[in-house]
Amino acid sequence: MSQSVFEIVAREDFSDVTYLLEIRHPLMARAARAGQFVIVMSHEHGERIPLTIADFDRDKGTITLVIQAVGKTTKEMQQRCHVGSTLHAVVGPMGIPSPVSGAKKVLCVGGGLGVAPIYPQARAFKENGAYVIGVLGFRSKELMFWTDRFNACCDELIVCTDDGSSGIKGLVTEGIRRAIEKHPDIDECVAIGPPVMMRGCAEATRPHKIKTVVSLNPLMVDGTGMCGGCRVKIGSEVKFACVDGPDFDGHLVDFDDLISRLRRFTAEEKAARERWSETCRMRSETTLGALAAQSSARTGGASSELLELPDPFDDARGG
Amino acid sequence: MAKKRTIRTIPQERTPVREQPPGERVKNFQEVSLGYGLEEALVESERCLLCPDQPCVRGCPVGIDIPGFIEKLGQKDFRGAYDVIAATNLLPAVCGRVCPQENQCEGVCTVGQTLKPVAIGRLERFVGDRAIAEGWSNLPYIERNDFRVGIVGSGPAGMACAADMAKAGCDVTVFEAFHQPGGVLKYGIPDFRLPNEVIDAEIRNLYKLGVKFECNTLVGRLFTIEQMLDEMGFHALFIGTGAGYPAMLGIPGDALNGVLSANELLTRCNLMRAKEFPNYDTPLPLGQRVAVVGAGNTAMDAMRVCLRLGAEKVYCVYRRSRTECPARGEEVHHAEEEGVDFRWLTNPIEVLNDGKGGVRAMRCMRMELGEPDASGRRRPVAIAGSEHELEVDLVVFAIGTNANPIMGQTSKLKLNARGYIDTDADLATSVAGVFAGGDIVTGAATVIEAMGAGRKAARSMKAYLGLRDADTPYRGDTSDLPARCFGIDVRERNFARIRVA
Repeated sequence: MSQSVFEIVAREDFSDVTYLLEIRHPLMARAARAGQFVIVMSHEHGERIPLTIADFDRDKGTITLVIQAVGKTTKEMQQRCHVGSTLHAVVGPMGIPSPVSGAKKVLCVGGGLGVAPIYPQARAFKENGAYVIGVLGFRSKELMFWTDRFNACCDELIVCTDDGSSGIKGLVTEGIRRAIEKHPDIDECVAIGPPVMMRGCAEATRPHKIKTVVSLNPLMVDGTGMCGGCRVKIGSEVKFACVDGPDFDGHLVDFDDLISRLRRFTAEEKAARERWSETCRMRSETTLGALAAQSSARTGGASSELLELPDPFDDARGG
Repeated sequence: MAKKRTIRTIPQERTPVREQPPGERVKNFQEVSLGYGLEEALVESERCLLCPDQPCVRGCPVGIDIPGFIEKLGQKDFRGAYDVIAATNLLPAVCGRVCPQENQCEGVCTVGQTLKPVAIGRLERFVGDRAIAEGWSNLPYIERNDFRVGIVGSGPAGMACAADMAKAGCDVTVFEAFHQPGGVLKYGIPDFRLPNEVIDAEIRNLYKLGVKFECNTLVGRLFTIEQMLDEMGFHALFIGTGAGYPAMLGIPGDALNGVLSANELLTRCNLMRAKEFPNYDTPLPLGQRVAVVGAGNTAMDAMRVCLRLGAEKVYCVYRRSRTECPARGEEVHHAEEEGVDFRWLTNPIEVLNDGKGGVRAMRCMRMELGEPDASGRRRPVAIAGSEHELEVDLVVFAIGTNANPIMGQTSKLKLNARGYIDTDADLATSVAGVFAGGDIVTGAATVIEAMGAGRKAARSMKAYLGLRDADTPYRGDTSDLPARCFGIDVRERNFARIRVA
């Protein structure tokens, strides 16, 4: 069957679990807008996973994905995807682009992997002449990335880390609290990250009646509205995140429903991951031995803890 | 020539088709119906009276010359039979398997008034399978022109339109959002009813006609139809994106994790091969006790997939009775044989939580049939006090689809009140040069109806482009003879009236 080739032109590793892939796709680079996502199949037997478009470069004709290796597919991609290798399928841009409103003062909140997709939004707001306050949350200083990009497009940047190793110690909600205290005239808040974090953001802005947009990351198959697997409850309505979203009013989203639905395949995900790690271990004894030894020496204890406690939400849409 | 056949002289019994025994087939995804062998096909072809009236041709959405191909078949001219079918139907092996023949050709068969109708579908499949096995394909002489045609969606409507436009000499490109072409034939219809090899074989015929396929292309988002017409150099477009936006149950508990659409179940299983998990990466929620809500073909497929995946018990929950059930008769029959527990006249009212976000049971009500409603079917009315629980851990809903919103979101196409694309009788949309057909215009229907729409749109498209439509046989329409001089049909709209001095 005729298919174009999706070549990886750049790769960057932010940490042992977070990596960036830049993929050549000139048409998509031209069409993509902030807030949209793609569906990727890494190989012919692969599953279709939705990933947010973290950036796009129209001149180079590339799109950028930032991925966290938590499930079988994302871990496998971490191993297999290198500059020059190709992906089986990349389709998109999917979803309705985030409407970059004419808000004067905007809070752009990104947590964990959500830091990547919030970047094009912050940049778009800046280009629209808004005063942009960035709030970024990471687990620790080692996992930080792209602060330089944010410094370039934010008028103020608040970094929060769980362990206080950089910026303020605490969650992004603490950063939001401080930002609102200092700027009571914030018009809009955009939050992207794991569902628990987005719920926290929506709760933090609700008392101040600040319009809050969140980008939802449910499980998907086709991404074109056909399967209904990504249905989410928004107020009293049922919406499909893939074609009606992925952006929704954070104050109306039923996060409990979202979180519960994200756990749908926990058992299968775990089985697939274990089965895969097992085969990797077997393979690493032969060909990948050196590489594995090298990476385990570099990762130390912190990441193995992360590997044991995968966040099911992060896998879903690079959230 | 043999003696003229009459209803008394033809074989009285409809030739049965060999099938995998129910006990065996529920354990595999191999095709249930094994199809006619040579002898069986020849015997069954004897049953056609070759009546001059030919109600079956009118009953067929694409107007296959059914007695014509059966006659050739009876003469053991298999290639000839294939040629007759291929003149109007691109996918005989597919249609022979999935058409609802009892409502179409077989439903109006003259033999059927006295005996069981001729098994037209099985004969068509026999010819289609033979063609695949022998590698036949009918490549007409194609005179190329400079028109470029874009087809959005590679399902049955898009494929039919693509074939006709390619035969007319256009440069045709089909765009598909999934990573494989085929649309609903690939993701929706399971292998035991329509094996993927059959679809691929039929798609290869399109390649031979020069049709190009672009997968992984979400038209509307990657580029809009306006861009296709203005910048990408397409002269005409056909939109056959299908309905594909499953209707929700709309009852409490329908967001639970054990509740999913039949579309999702089938896509995971058929296209993504989740049945071979973990060899393929896509997971599938397995239920031990499954309730499928709805009784259309999709519902039947979902039930039978669940049985093959190892479910102990599969219920079919449908609020009307068997008489109103919209599925093909053969599918209901197969599902019954395989052990599906049909709960006719039962309506779900709530899905109950098992306390962990999954399904514990489904609460239902018994129904009775009241007065006919707008669809002409008797409206089901709940029987007071008939509430009961079905103990299940997976609920699959197959209660129809709504319009997919992507085309509407990304173009200026006029939609109707229900969100489907608005077209005129010739399937032209509100945007010049853009035609649409299939489920995205009519709402959920059948494969052959979508193909019929694709061919109809191709006719309009040829008229729009000013191409002489050599494929359409000009059947005598004597009502307006002067307008049809020289074999030119006014409906072609490809000539201008001129005045000589």
